[in-house]
Amino acid sequence: MRTLHIKLWRNLWTLKGQGGAIASVIAIGVAMFVMSFTSLDALRASQESVYQNQRFAHVFANLKRAPESLAERLREVPGVATLETRVQAPVNIQMEDFDQPITGLVLSIPDGQQPQLNRLFLRSGQLPDAHRTDQVLVSEAFAEAHELQPGDRLSVVINGRYQQLLVSGVALSPEFIYQIRPGDIMPDFSRYGILWMNRSAVEAAFNMDGAFNNLSLTLSPGYSAESVIAGLDNILAPWGGLGAYGRDDQLSHRYLEEELTQLETMALFLPLIFIGVAAFLLNVVAARLIRTQREQIAVLKAFGYNSFAIASHYSALVLVVVLIGSAIGVFLGVWIASGLAGIYQEFFRFPWLEFSVRPGVALAAIVIAGGATLVGTLSAVYRAFSLPPAEAMRPEPPANFRRTLVERMGITWLSQPSRIILRNLERQPVKAGMSILGIGLAVALVMLTGFMRGSVSYMLDVQFRLAQKQDITVTFNEPAAGRTIHELRALPGVRYAEGFRTAPAILRYGHREYRGAVQGYVPESQLFTVLDAELQPIEMPREGVLLTDHLARMLGIEPGDILQVSVQEGRRPELNIPVAGLVTEFIGVGAYMHRDTLTRLLREDDTISGAFLAIEPEHQSELNRRLENIPRIAGVNFRENVITAFNEAMDETVLMFTLFSMVMAGSIAFAVVYNNARIAFAERGRELASLRVLGFTRAEVSFILLGELLLLTFIAMPVGFALGIGLSWLLTWGMQTDLYRIPLVITPQTYATGALVVLTATFLSALIIGRSLAKLDMVSALKAAE
Amino acid sequence: MVGTETAQAVFHTRGLTRVFRMGEVEIHALRGVDMDLYPGEFVVLLGASGSGKSTLLNILGGLDAGTSGEVWYRGKDLSHASEKVLTDFRRYHVGFVFQFYNLIPSLTARENVAIVTDIARDPMTPEEALELVSLTERMDHFPAQMSGGEQQRVAIARAIAKKPEVLLCDEPTGALDSKTGIKVLEVLLDINRRLGTTTAVITHNAVISDIANRTIRLSDGRVSEVIDNPNPVTTDQLHW
Repeated sequence: MRTLHIKLWRNLWTLKGQGGAIASVIAIGVAMFVMSFTSLDALRASQESVYQNQRFAHVFANLKRAPESLAERLREVPGVATLETRVQAPVNIQMEDFDQPITGLVLSIPDGQQPQLNRLFLRSGQLPDAHRTDQVLVSEAFAEAHELQPGDRLSVVINGRYQQLLVSGVALSPEFIYQIRPGDIMPDFSRYGILWMNRSAVEAAFNMDGAFNNLSLTLSPGYSAESVIAGLDNILAPWGGLGAYGRDDQLSHRYLEEELTQLETMALFLPLIFIGVAAFLLNVVAARLIRTQREQIAVLKAFGYNSFAIASHYSALVLVVVLIGSAIGVFLGVWIASGLAGIYQEFFRFPWLEFSVRPGVALAAIVIAGGATLVGTLSAVYRAFSLPPAEAMRPEPPANFRRTLVERMGITWLSQPSRIILRNLERQPVKAGMSILGIGLAVALVMLTGFMRGSVSYMLDVQFRLAQKQDITVTFNEPAAGRTIHELRALPGVRYAEGFRTAPAILRYGHREYRGAVQGYVPESQLFTVLDAELQPIEMPREGVLLTDHLARMLGIEPGDILQVSVQEGRRPELNIPVAGLVTEFIGVGAYMHRDTLTRLLREDDTISGAFLAIEPEHQSELNRRLENIPRIAGVNFRENVITAFNEAMDETVLMFTLFSMVMAGSIAFAVVYNNARIAFAERGRELASLRVLGFTRAEVSFILLGELLLLTFIAMPVGFALGIGLSWLLTWGMQTDLYRIPLVITPQTYATGALVVLTATFLSALIIGRSLAKLDMVSALKAAE
Repeated sequence: MVGTETAQAVFHTRGLTRVFRMGEVEIHALRGVDMDLYPGEFVVLLGASGSGKSTLLNILGGLDAGTSGEVWYRGKDLSHASEKVLTDFRRYHVGFVFQFYNLIPSLTARENVAIVTDIARDPMTPEEALELVSLTERMDHFPAQMSGGEQQRVAIARAIAKKPEVLLCDEPTGALDSKTGIKVLEVLLDINRRLGTTTAVITHNAVISDIANRTIRLSDGRVSEVIDNPNPVTTDQLHW
């Protein structure tokens, strides 16, 4: 057995090129797998640990105003473990050197103390002094965006009154891990911040002495959020309750969950593809590698080695390669995951990260890669072993060939070398098919990560150029009279303004429900258009509601069905509205109506909740200042900011992913092509050397070998494009949420990038093989074969 | 240095040596070979295995170069020729026949010949070449569909189709039974007679020298004996 071990190491050394290529494919597959699962694990574990340690509440509720004494009644609702009341209110924040409006949310904490629930994690500084009313904690993301530190001053407009505050500390909360302004689709840390102040200070500022307008609670074991919510809503209804909700509807938690679900899709999907491709390649390559060892196997067998010894020998050979590749892969995967966690930290504001590598993840990756390799190896060893040794030692008889399909169809003008290429491919269609599939998958992998950029800009184009044309969206603290629109129209720089009415509501159909809003728009709106499936504008119907197609699918409702709408505002009517049609939207979901119809159903006179503005850009700064000073305005959104934020986020995450995948897909393409070439070279070296003897030049001989590779690569292109479209479709399908749905748009650049990466890989392997061709030994080709 | 004799000879070697370095061991395959091959003759290079006959044939065919000494082909110095000159030399002037045929398995008989005629100057057609070896019937068969003797005849057709000045055959009957081997020799003789192609056959089978005009015996890397054979026998008198 010792000699066999020596042979093992010598073989490994001889096969270092091919072994290296296989190891790198394994490394890539394993790295992707480990990276995805490790970073996802880190996010999940961090979420759990932060929720637990910081006592993230289970149920939340907003109301207009209730006396603190009501809290006792609420605590008696069965299932409530800990209940804490708060005062919360919108504020406008002013920063020097930042001329755009900043809005914020101020939340009360017990004077000078940590709250019982949703406890704060202090990154720096300390809690406000119990006896001061001018001290404030700011959220870390906002503090970073404006370089705020404890001791800095902050100007805010609280309830219409200008106030100077002192930053006492920078904090993080389990409630705002994903810090996003309600209604936004992307976080904007510089224009939205969270502030925490002493309860007495907030009460005083908002005239809420001895009252509260927000509460959160944890559940006793065995109670569901639903039962407690029903109890709360009953008690809170007379106090202007806006409907209690569980974690599933808590903004940060919901977004975090959506993002994590998307990541899970990506984390499962991409690495499974990568490791699948790698496994497939390994199977093919290992099988071919063993075939070239046919004679050696026969000799060993002739010496009396049994099949087990030989199988172990070759298994050990490939396992060494698998282990080297896996070790590199695990290391690489963990390393990239830790880098990736830093990128996620930008969006997910966890006070701390729980980063650990589950041995199971690494093990699973190794088992998948190793298993596939072993199957290929053992089946090839078995085939070699089943031959009688005398036969296996003899050179293989000339293989059977026949005219290819193209020739049989009447194309006869092919040169002899072209015939050689075609017949070789057609004689082993499975092998050629596998190679084409392998190269095609590499093309598809590049496309899969590359198409995102084009799709996202298409998505933004449709949403913000075709559907929504307003420059600014203004939302009010509470519904205002329709004539308020004239005030806005009169502001400097406003070209045009349109009021809209949004009523928060629970939309129900059958047993499914969605917590959102019904939105009323003026018909023939110039700034807001709803689009059909062909992206053509739809006229807002006089009666009935239009639903985003995705929302309709979520509710299982179709046009003609009756949608139940429980309005959560004002008189809180229960409405039954027929679905008049479906709307195509890529970002967000909505229920859209004629504004007059909506206000009529709400039993209101003409009211609006906000307005869309079209502005003259040169007056923007002045307009910003004026808007900031209108107390009824709770939020101001700029379309361009949203687009920029989206693009920046995409650039940060997608770009890195794209580069990463390009390198990986490129390596896979290289490994496929190179191994193909190496094996073709091993199988046909004699044939090529014979041609050299007959007077063929190096270039002419190279054509036969490299022409085959090139042909395979070219055939693989359309296959890869088709696979790329399919995989991309699967990915967009798996990633659709009510936040956004990435449309499948594959730009010519995406195709071109896929093709280019793979062609480059082919070219590189051709260069390397070309060097071996130059060293072809003519004399040995004439001796007994192989 | 080009004398009348050298000009007349097709191949002319003087003091040709070839040393192979296998790691730390030196193998002297040729130890100073002086030899001439003349136009139109059928020569057998006879020797035991390890006598250096294959090495000599490889050097004559431009597949290998000597370590020292001279090799002239029709007054051209092959010992210092470039890779390109050697490729052209093989392409236009030499026909090779090998022990293991070295046919391209993916090409039919006709195409195996065509692969050479496609790149030659003024070749015969593949059909003519295959007719010379009596394989007209089997023209469209693939190597896997032919017997060893038939495959070797295709190899001969491939070698002669370019109308080479020399035909170098390395153990052409080595992988064949005697009956088939004799048939192949008959084809080689027939070509030699009809086309006047200088033919060198290397073999360890002494019987074959009976059909040659001349036999050059090699042993231990040197020419040990040259035997003229004024009355070669016909192939039907051969047997081994």
